[in-house]
Amino acid sequence: MTARFDKLGVVIAAIVAYAALLAPFAMFRANRIVPGQARSMIEALPPALGPLLLAIVIVGGIVALLKTPLLVRLAASIVALVALAILIGTAGSFLTPAGNTFARIAPASGFWLLVFAFTLLLADVLTRLNLSPWSRVGVLVLAALAIAALLVSGSWDSLSILKEYASRADSFWAEASKHVTLALGSLAGAVIVGIPLGILCHRVERLRAGVLNVLNVIQTIPSIALFGLLIAPLGWVALHVPGAAAIGIRGIGTAPAFVALFLYSLLPVVANTVVGLAGVPRAANDAARGMGMTDRQRLFDVEFPLAFPVILTGIRIVLVQNIGLATIAALIGGGGFGVFVFQGVGQTAMDLVLLGALPTVALAFAAAIILDAIIEMTATRRRVVETA
Amino acid sequence: MKAWLPALLRLAVLVLLVGFITNPSWFEPLLKPLTENGAPAIYNQGSLLTLTLQHLWIVLVATVAATIVAVALAILVTRPAGTEFLPLSRSLVNIGQTFPPVAVLALAVPAVGFGEKPTLIALFLYGLLPIFENALTALTTLPGNVMEAARGAGMTGWQRLMKVELPLSAPVILGGIRLSVVIGLATATIGSTVAAKTLGEVIIAGLISNNLAFVLQGGLIVAALAVLIYDALSAIERYAARRMGQGAE
Repeated sequence: MTARFDKLGVVIAAIVAYAALLAPFAMFRANRIVPGQARSMIEALPPALGPLLLAIVIVGGIVALLKTPLLVRLAASIVALVALAILIGTAGSFLTPAGNTFARIAPASGFWLLVFAFTLLLADVLTRLNLSPWSRVGVLVLAALAIAALLVSGSWDSLSILKEYASRADSFWAEASKHVTLALGSLAGAVIVGIPLGILCHRVERLRAGVLNVLNVIQTIPSIALFGLLIAPLGWVALHVPGAAAIGIRGIGTAPAFVALFLYSLLPVVANTVVGLAGVPRAANDAARGMGMTDRQRLFDVEFPLAFPVILTGIRIVLVQNIGLATIAALIGGGGFGVFVFQGVGQTAMDLVLLGALPTVALAFAAAIILDAIIEMTATRRRVVETA
Repeated sequence: MKAWLPALLRLAVLVLLVGFITNPSWFEPLLKPLTENGAPAIYNQGSLLTLTLQHLWIVLVATVAATIVAVALAILVTRPAGTEFLPLSRSLVNIGQTFPPVAVLALAVPAVGFGEKPTLIALFLYGLLPIFENALTALTTLPGNVMEAARGAGMTGWQRLMKVELPLSAPVILGGIRLSVVIGLATATIGSTVAAKTLGEVIIAGLISNNLAFVLQGGLIVAALAVLIYDALSAIERYAARRMGQGAE
């Protein structure tokens, strides 16, 4: 009997059953900050569509529960996710009273749980399919295009998160570009300084422990404190160094956030460079020396290419971490998606929190998948080189 | 560097830390130059000692809960009955780590309200990942000959787990706990943005009133706690590794 059930499917089916039958699908609020009233899936959708969605998710749950072929599971999870994504928008316009601009319709726990359950199913299928790095990036691009299409088509416009967006469209993109600039710029700085520093630490053993210890201690300073502590020195620089203020160095704002993110980024980059170089096989170095390569040639042609996947792993850690940490920059006027998160927390407007949090999570997630794919590709290439 | 110097340094940090949180007024002259317009140099809206203890308490509760759940999950997916979950749990840990702490914190608020609960949830979720990952690595890379010997000695699955697998994995699992404690200490400060009573309160009060002395004292207390706890846990880890005959690393 048990052999016919998929173990993970039991968990997924249980979540689906609870979310579809007991949890609220959408939340109706008379305005953006009052407590909401729950609406079940049947109540939230027009007469024909409610039972249709219910049928789709129940079939999806059954497909997950039984031992079914991978492609069937893949199809079931995608159909369920697409149906959920389209119909939550329908629920938004269906529940909004005609002409009412204050009412807010937000997806409720049932919706999020269903999305979670079918994403879990999809993730399980994709893991078992063992996709190549390129196809994983392809799946990511497809998912991003699907979400973009839904956003552009306007089918989500009646949902509360997009109503928050509509009233801040300009500042949203300004904060988005600040967020990305902060995360990528500090990463670029850390790579430019960190890799040579790592090479130096690798070559000069006396430096290694000292540098790594200092960087370790920096990591222990809580982010909001480090952001705050940099206000004073940068303010002093802006006042006393000619030209510094002109290029945007100021006590509050982007400059301290940038420096703090840069400092946090150094440890993973330096440490991974050191580990990567230390892991270069002795034989490779000996062969290079035997061929009469100079130190510089050995570094660029042998050591560095071999250490590259490990260094990339450090860069991945930094990028994902920076995208998350950049939200905190908002506390010191540095901008980024954190602006919406903290405004939302301050006004207890959760839709506004989501407006800041969801893009941050999506960015971090996309960065992780893309860099993982790149790391895997360089690592395979390296293996090919080693066996050749 | 002489061998006793690091130990002396740690002792000095510890003494300074205890001195500061119990008698902050002693240090007032040091912090006074950082304030402007006669603002107070020492946090005056609550006792630093109470805040420090609350900070540590939140991290402790979250870490203990995270350790129990993460190790139990890692054991589950490495048993024959749970192997189906192993690949997925790996991807989930990978995905989970991309969630920024602030987002977790802010998203927990609608579910449980303001205060300590969202902070505990965020710390718990964040703490799970490093411990789970390390426990998984440890349990899946145990030396094959040792496991063979345990099986050959007629040990049951439970005996193998309790007497061989877990003790051998202990140092690596402890490494995960150490990471998650250090992350937790820093994340708990962000908890103050959702009204948790932690040392973050001091830092945020400083940021709001433009009082650098507050930011500095809040930040330094958390950093000192993190460094000392990190060191202490590393020492325990080395001890555990030595006991397991894995050498001092």
